[in-house]
Amino acid sequence: MSGLAILIPVALLMGLAGLVFFFWAMRNGQFDDLDGAAQRVLIDEEEMSDDDKEP
Amino acid sequence: MNAHTDITPRKAEGTDNIVSRFAVPAIRCAGCISKIENGLSSEQDIVSARVNFSTKQVAVSHLPSLREDEIKAKIERLGFDVQILVDNPLAEEKGGTDKLIRALAVAGFGMMNIMLLSVSVWSGAMGPTRDLFHWISALIAIPVILYSGRPFFSSAFMALRYGRTNMDVPITIGIILTTGLSIFEAMTGGAHAYFESVVMLIFFLLAGRVLDGMMRDRAREGISALLKQTAPGAMVLNDDGTTAWVAAKELRPDMRMVVAAGDNLAADGVIEQGSSNFDFALMTGESEPQPKGSGDLVLAGTLNLTAPVTVRITAAGEDTSLSDIARLMDEAGQQRSFYVRVADKAARFYAPAVHSLALLAFVFWMFAGAGWHQSLLISVAVLIITCPCALGLAVPAAQVVASGALLRKGVMIKDGSALERLAEADRALFDKTGTLTLGRPVPVDVDHLSLQQKQVALALAQASSHPVSKGIRAALLAQNIAPVQIDALEETPGEGMSGCWDGVTVALGKPVKSGDHLSCQLRVGEESVDIELEDELRPDVREAIDRLNALGVPATIISGDNAPSVAKISGAVGLTAQTGASPQEKLQAIARFHAAGLKVLMVGDGLNDGPALAAAHVSIAPGSASDVGQQASDAVFTSDSFLPVALAVQTAQRTMQIVRQNFALAIGYNVLAVPLALTGMVTPLVAAIAMSLSSLIVVGNALRLNGAAK
Repeated sequence: MSGLAILIPVALLMGLAGLVFFFWAMRNGQFDDLDGAAQRVLIDEEEMSDDDKEP
Repeated sequence: MNAHTDITPRKAEGTDNIVSRFAVPAIRCAGCISKIENGLSSEQDIVSARVNFSTKQVAVSHLPSLREDEIKAKIERLGFDVQILVDNPLAEEKGGTDKLIRALAVAGFGMMNIMLLSVSVWSGAMGPTRDLFHWISALIAIPVILYSGRPFFSSAFMALRYGRTNMDVPITIGIILTTGLSIFEAMTGGAHAYFESVVMLIFFLLAGRVLDGMMRDRAREGISALLKQTAPGAMVLNDDGTTAWVAAKELRPDMRMVVAAGDNLAADGVIEQGSSNFDFALMTGESEPQPKGSGDLVLAGTLNLTAPVTVRITAAGEDTSLSDIARLMDEAGQQRSFYVRVADKAARFYAPAVHSLALLAFVFWMFAGAGWHQSLLISVAVLIITCPCALGLAVPAAQVVASGALLRKGVMIKDGSALERLAEADRALFDKTGTLTLGRPVPVDVDHLSLQQKQVALALAQASSHPVSKGIRAALLAQNIAPVQIDALEETPGEGMSGCWDGVTVALGKPVKSGDHLSCQLRVGEESVDIELEDELRPDVREAIDRLNALGVPATIISGDNAPSVAKISGAVGLTAQTGASPQEKLQAIARFHAAGLKVLMVGDGLNDGPALAAAHVSIAPGSASDVGQQASDAVFTSDSFLPVALAVQTAQRTMQIVRQNFALAIGYNVLAVPLALTGMVTPLVAAIAMSLSSLIVVGNALRLNGAAK
């Protein structure tokens, strides 16, 4: 039983973290240009514009 | 043309930088992305540039001193065709789908966690553990329901406020009853709570709405990217003789605007000074320029071709004829919307039936002595199981997949009901200019010109924005001709281009219409030669017409053009034709077919087709059509080929087949499940699972449409 007291909050927190991350990603425009992300991998140059968030 | 800050309300963080958006359809690869981004970012006054590859747009953040047309020129210098994107005044509020996706994510989160707890309850958790799990479920479920259920609650509330009922009313009642019952169960330590059923119900319903919303958004984006640039503003002449830039929405009647050659008009008005040729192609789809002089009325959206004029504004902004027509057509389109009609029908039959069925079940089981608790559970199960989720998904899922398949073939469907009406069409009417033909005159043959004549013609043609000049220029550039240097180049309204080359007078005369084609005269000194032009037939017209015949949609031509021009085209494609038809006559033709019980598919492009496009059962416009034509039509095809028209009809017919199958599946499920629910053999949980399964089957069936557009 005592395991539940830890496991349930942990499960909930992980779920919440995923949800928060998804909300952040949406607000951040991560899903605006899905095809573009695939193409940008092919750009050689090191220098990218300032607002480029890709890792 | 230039721009102003209030066109682009979005600002970069912390600074006064402006973000302007441009449509660059030619972005095809990673190379294009880096070329544009690096090319622009290295410019002064541009803070950053970001390409959106999916929508083929570039967002440029720049200092306010830099005008949009200057950025446009910079992108053109990088080698890309570009259009300034102005917010579409008729675009609906964006972000509706984003809200739904957020609600869906929250519902998904809630569903998974509650399900986790529920599974342990079902597998035998007892006593305090069960009560604890019920409480935790309630703690998760209540905020989730409040957040994710809002779309249904607000829609149901709106309906009830106006004394109507819609699909969301039984859903809302079901949600509230089940939640209330579950809270009661949790409080009294009962054996069953149904939080997971409620949240699952919301999740699957939202999934359907998200699919539907995504399709609408995608269609709308495609259309607004296609919308040609209308003037974002005008240079206004003050009383003291100075001029100032005024944004389109701040223009007022009686202001005087100076319109340079090559500019679009931002408002309706009367010419006060000067005379020029105007390209009314935006309104009429006919490429022949119309001369207008002092006192003549000119309309917003038309292009001033040859000379600067001063125009006194008579109507601006929302009051221009262009806006009027666009708005009327927008409203007409909304009245035909599938969802409006389904909601109407549902309000009349479905919702009351569901309510009374659930109520009857409750009353019956009360009398049968099942106790109020059991009776309520049964009636909630009935409410959930009759919930039209699979029905609700049946149509949008099929439409999303079909419109996606069509989009890959270059056809954009504006709304779901268009597919339904396309499938019903059994007669087609085609406009000629710009629809069966490409709508741009091209030289029949330039081989009879000498190299020298070609070089002179190119030099003259490329200095003008007249459609005929554009056609000649394109034909000559295709032969790798280099233009000569011409001095004293001049464009005279109604006359053509003239200039001086090596001391010889050269001129390219205005196009003259002779019978079924246009011709214009090229003069070099004393010599003169005619260049014949004709409007080229779109590729694949024959095949499209054959396919339409096979699909049971025979076609005829209805054109405003004269008989010889139309006869040439109708002979080439093997169709009968009605010629010299005014917009009213086009409407009458459609009314005649309608009276004969036929459903007309209208394919046309200009403003003169606008009423016909709006009145027809369903309509398609080419991407080269006027804004008005695109607004009025249900679908737009972007390619030069005419085949997409046939593909659209074919896919629509397949889609309706799938939709009918989906309806059969959904209704079959209800026929099976409702009696079980009424007899009390189904708990709300089983009802929710059965409902989800039927939804998934329906979505799976819709996915078969992926390859329908072939």
